[in-house]
Amino acid sequence: MAAVNPAIHQDTHDIHDHKPHGFLHRWLFTTNHKDIGTLYLVFSLAMFFVGGAFAMVIRAELFQPGMQLVQPEFFNEMTSMHGLVMIFGAIMPAFVGLANWMLPMMIGAPDMALPRMNNWSFWILPFAFLMLFSTMFMPGGGPQGGWTMYPPLALQGGMNVAFSIFSIHMMGISSIMGAINIIATILNMRAPGMDLLRMPVFVWSWLITAFLLIAVLPVLAGAVTMLLTDKYFGTSFFNAAGGGDPVMYQHIFWFFGHPEVYIMILPAFGIVSEVIPTFSRKPLFGYQAMVYALACIAFLSFIVWAHHMFTVGMPLGGNLFFMYGTMLIAIPTGVKIFNWVTTMWGGSLTFETPMLFACAFVILFSIGGFSGVSLALVPADFQYHDTFFVVAHFHYVLVTGAAFAIMAAVYYWLPKWSGHMYSEKWGKVHFWSSAISVNLLFFPQHFLGLAGMPRRIADYNVAFAEFNMISSIGGFWFGLTQIIFVGVIVHCVFFSRVRATGQVWEGSHGLEWTLPSPAPYHSFSEPPVITAGMLAHGDVSR
Amino acid sequence: MANPQPWDWNMPKGVSGISQRVYDLHMLGFYVCLGIGAVVFTIMFIAMFRFRKSRGAVAETWAHSTRLETVWTIIPILLLMMLAWPATRLLIDMNDVGDADLTVKVTGFQWRWHYDYVEYEKANTGVAFISSLAAESNRVRQLGSGLDPHSVKDEDYASYLLDVDNPLVLPVGVKIRFVITADDVNHAWWVPTLGWKQDAIPGIVNDAWTQIDEPGTYRGQCAELCGRDHAFMPIVIRALPKAEFEQWLASRKAGAASTAALVTGPGHRG
Ligand code: HEM
Ligand SMILES: [Cu+2]
Ligand SMILES: [Cu+2]
Repeated sequence: MAAVNPAIHQDTHDIHDHKPHGFLHRWLFTTNHKDIGTLYLVFSLAMFFVGGAFAMVIRAELFQPGMQLVQPEFFNEMTSMHGLVMIFGAIMPAFVGLANWMLPMMIGAPDMALPRMNNWSFWILPFAFLMLFSTMFMPGGGPQGGWTMYPPLALQGGMNVAFSIFSIHMMGISSIMGAINIIATILNMRAPGMDLLRMPVFVWSWLITAFLLIAVLPVLAGAVTMLLTDKYFGTSFFNAAGGGDPVMYQHIFWFFGHPEVYIMILPAFGIVSEVIPTFSRKPLFGYQAMVYALACIAFLSFIVWAHHMFTVGMPLGGNLFFMYGTMLIAIPTGVKIFNWVTTMWGGSLTFETPMLFACAFVILFSIGGFSGVSLALVPADFQYHDTFFVVAHFHYVLVTGAAFAIMAAVYYWLPKWSGHMYSEKWGKVHFWSSAISVNLLFFPQHFLGLAGMPRRIADYNVAFAEFNMISSIGGFWFGLTQIIFVGVIVHCVFFSRVRATGQVWEGSHGLEWTLPSPAPYHSFSEPPVITAGMLAHGDVSR
Repeated sequence: MANPQPWDWNMPKGVSGISQRVYDLHMLGFYVCLGIGAVVFTIMFIAMFRFRKSRGAVAETWAHSTRLETVWTIIPILLLMMLAWPATRLLIDMNDVGDADLTVKVTGFQWRWHYDYVEYEKANTGVAFISSLAAESNRVRQLGSGLDPHSVKDEDYASYLLDVDNPLVLPVGVKIRFVITADDVNHAWWVPTLGWKQDAIPGIVNDAWTQIDEPGTYRGQCAELCGRDHAFMPIVIRALPKAEFEQWLASRKAGAASTAALVTGPGHRG
């Protein structure tokens, strides 16, 4: 299959390891999967800090009861922007960056299938975000209706409505192009012998994620376009006075939104399924079950959307259907967790930084899954919904889930990218400081929600003071800790003198580790010959 | 006991049969998760200590066991069914809004609640009023007011942002049906001690019910982002014994100016 791939022949002129000359030329016009991967990752890290800065404003205002720092409208702007930036700017681009870097190397391909489109899908993003940020300086300020943008509230915004919707369109186009590219790459460019059921789980997770992206981002685009026409073109999709229905927006939004949360976790599952076997020196337990579980979760994610809407007043049958559907998701999710733990059982474990993050992922993501199961119980969700309990839930799955997995991936593959080892000592400092502070930050939020504190409020009753202060302290600590992360990366890339071997980790298996470190500018100009034991997962052949 | 107190870390049991059952379901879910977590994390920690390379562990090569994988697909299914059953029964009961003696229409608008006592014992009452954040909380909550939120008290309860000018007066021991809607944007009507919240959405009329078991003051607030003053849209219920409630309703009907005295008179605080 790869042997007949035209991309290989087209690009023969720069198959040699020379990069384009000049900084701008290289980064602006690059079609190289590694350069584009780097761009995505750097962009994502920058957005992580911007979104983090918004979060610091939120936690500072919530440090004590009473309004001390910002007006409530600005507070709402911060919560809305924080959500949008972290989801579309930090988590999603980080995974796309990892896909760009790793997929060709993991399947034995020279580059992504559609390199020019790849350049486009990245370079749309900075402009989309510039536009989004510019709304903060417009009359009336940026979006204040939450990242979910429910009408009618979201339509009360000023100029930001048009600009933020257009920027979301751009982010969507970027993601769809990225997804098309990933599917085309995985389906067409695998080296001979890299059968579908021998692909690394990370590749599998991205294949499935890419289909989810293509399926649901147009739905989001449709929903926000209807907002746009409701505001500027006199339609009444969501306007009750004109015969529309505000709840319909929520159905459409969450038909996108629930698969979206899985878009942010499936690649994380993939990463953890790479890291744990490597540092356990033992093959992934139940490889096929892991792949089927991914597919099963992806399918189920399309039929549970209304669990975000149990309180809108659906009929009994509707609430029951979405409750049962949501509970079902816990089963394949459980299979994944059990299989990771079993992979460790009987292994020969070492705890380098990627493994530490992966282990923390397994535990803390599970805690997020537990609160998810509780949230699925409709009568209990009538209490939990729109409180800090939900905030705690999705931060456990997104920060200690998705973000921790991204950090694991960065530590895991950074030596392969840079050719140098990072400082294990500072990596561990980063890990422990993050792991402790993040729990201080989010665990008390379960208590706040249960005790009765709604989410998205700028000020609160004094009964909530103690846990809010603890949470804020955890928040500032977690935020500062991430500076260590940048320090470790910068040191590794520019200053570290410890050279990385090709294999990097004692227990690593898979095609990416057969390349030298740093990986050459073009990965596999010739399809590699896959020999027994080269792949980490050989469940099929066993 | 009913309203939020410092260091509260769990859901209130509330003051109705339903809220008690919601609490029980929440705790059942919690114990099931705790059980699974205890088993899985214990195994994981044992693995992390027993199979360390530094302790000389040598990796085994097995990577599959259909039996194990079947077991841990089936056990969660059973546990989930254990949760789904009581959840379904409770949901069915919460949905049954029939046979109410009092119907209150709740309308949310930025950033106040409008209460309309539509019907009491099959008769129209004509009583309706608006309920907003109490003046003192409103003063303290202004940016840079320099006032201490802890100083805001309703009798001995620190009621900052959970206090209103006109509380919703309700009878104890009577099935009350709420019809809930909104005028401008989405809101959600939530009093944790009743055990549920319900969205208030323009153009849509939702309903829900409760039957309060004990007299008292029960506090809550808007739970759906509704714009600038979303945090400042509290709900206060004053639950009175039936006779006192009827007295209050009569005086309200008569438009008596003595309402205020009655409202702040009997009933329990905190
Ligand atoms: C066992 C698996 C899970 C279950 C059963 C579950 C269930 C739920 C439910 C029922 C809600 C709605 C709560 C409410 O608003 O009242 C919710 C919210 C949420 N969940 Fe999950 N969840 C699971 C895993 C995840 C994962 C893996 C992610 C993402 C990585 C995630 C991200 C979110 C987010 C972002 C929200 C809140 C969205 C918002 O309202 O802004 N969840 N979850
Ligand atoms: Cu969901
Ligand atoms: Cu509100």
